Amino acid sequence: MALYSEKVMEHFRHPRNVGVIEDANGIGEVGNAKCGDIMKMYLKIENGVVEDVKFETFGCGSAIASSSMATELIKGKPLSEVRQLTNKAVAEALDGLPDYKMHCSVLAEEAIQAALEDYEKKTGEKV
Amino acid sequence: MIYADNAATTKMSEAAIDTMISLLGEAWGNPSSLYMHGQKAKEVLEKAREDVAAVIGAEPREITFTSGGSEADNQAIRSAAELGRKKGKMHIISTAFEHHAVLHTLEKLKSEGFEITLLDVHENGLIIPAEVEAAIREDTCLVTIMYANNEIGTIQPIREIGAICRAKGVLFHTDAVQAMGHIPVNVAEDNIDLLSASGHKFHGPKGVGFLYAKKGIRLSNLIEGGAQERGKRAGTENVPGIAAMAEALKEAAAHMEENAAHQKAMRDRLIEGLKQIPHSALNGDAVRRLPGNVNFCFEGIEGESLLLLLDDKGIQASSGSACTSGSLDPSHVLLAIGRVHDVAHGSLRLSIGEDITEAEVDEIISSVKEVVEYLRGFSPIWRDLMEGKKEFIL
Repeated sequence: MALYSEKVMEHFRHPRNVGVIEDANGIGEVGNAKCGDIMKMYLKIENGVVEDVKFETFGCGSAIASSSMATELIKGKPLSEVRQLTNKAVAEALDGLPDYKMHCSVLAEEAIQAALEDYEKKTGEKV
Repeated sequence: MIYADNAATTKMSEAAIDTMISLLGEAWGNPSSLYMHGQKAKEVLEKAREDVAAVIGAEPREITFTSGGSEADNQAIRSAAELGRKKGKMHIISTAFEHHAVLHTLEKLKSEGFEITLLDVHENGLIIPAEVEAAIREDTCLVTIMYANNEIGTIQPIREIGAICRAKGVLFHTDAVQAMGHIPVNVAEDNIDLLSASGHKFHGPKGVGFLYAKKGIRLSNLIEGGAQERGKRAGTENVPGIAAMAEALKEAAAHMEENAAHQKAMRDRLIEGLKQIPHSALNGDAVRRLPGNVNFCFEGIEGESLLLLLDDKGIQASSGSACTSGSLDPSHVLLAIGRVHDVAHGSLRLSIGEDITEAEVDEIISSVKEVVEYLRGFSPIWRDLMEGKKEFIL
């Protein structure tokens, strides 16, 4: 039995939406280096929709896979839906994470929520 | 495929496998039985004891076979503590970067009223003998310091520490699990009273190890039962495993010099190559380290993802990152030598085997370079470092 599901390994080996959005209007960074995980989400929101999303992650395999999966789940989605994204949805989409790695999916949720808050602050718009 | 995790376990040698398989059929008797099959097993067992004793400069009766290094560590420390308790000496000296088999045993003893002093291992991962001497008190019953560290490979000045302990009349135990079979270990010359070793770290089988206890040191039992191992370790002996371990140890001792010379050359080539990666650092002293150990920290990346990607490239290694330890804290060894959490998470241990080739070393170097560069490419920490928002540590 491998440590991670095929899906986790696939997203880890070929992460989607890696990088930076120069003109992002919502940026969220969570975690800290002390614990070994940092996730940074860049959102480009237009007309209430996540037009583009990119991420940068310092962390283990499941942290990278969770970031990648989270970006896929929210790309092109209206903000009302993005707001609802839970860590559980991220973990399920990855066909599960080992118990002690669930915090990686929590970080992904928190990074996106932090990016939405940043967007609200920058635009004064309520999501 | 390149196996570079020999500090975790080694592949059994052909001779050890042959010994074990043939003895499963030939020496299946119970060594405690009086009839022929039992006595055959007993002969094999005692020959193994002689062989092991000869390699480390001990007498056969000073060797107790155990289930491995952890059991030997537990028994050695427990025994010394019991002897100390009887004399009202309840102070033990050790180091911050011992194996958990030692540290957790000491924690238990602490809860039983013992006082534990953990010595600083300094930036280079080496104990200073004078600091051992200074730490010894009237009520010190034991000094336990590992021969070579399992993560960073640093070799301690065991002989000097042993001499100090002997002069002060304090028992000295060393966890020699990583050293045994790789560098010369001689209990007489090294002034060692108690020593632990594990078969699978020198191409023997798993589940077998031994404890050396100098004549006159009364061992306490961890396992009560029959009279095996002079009454100090109950349970019918794992005869084929013990004999295979002895075979592997003899073989390792016979080829130690040539193996170590080759490994050192390969190790240093690997270190030189990995040093070229910017913002990286070797962990532990560059010279006083095991012939097969290389341990690096790379700033801006995390160890588990590094390991997984190296595995994809056919390189098997290990890391001291939190994610590989199953806790939130990175390796206690790296923290003990003063690496901060941020960089300790990005560690890589490559413990190379005796048969590694130059081409394999070069392949490891280029693969590690590639993977570190790739991971840094989307690490937010690396971006902050490169943009000057954070200061480089390494």
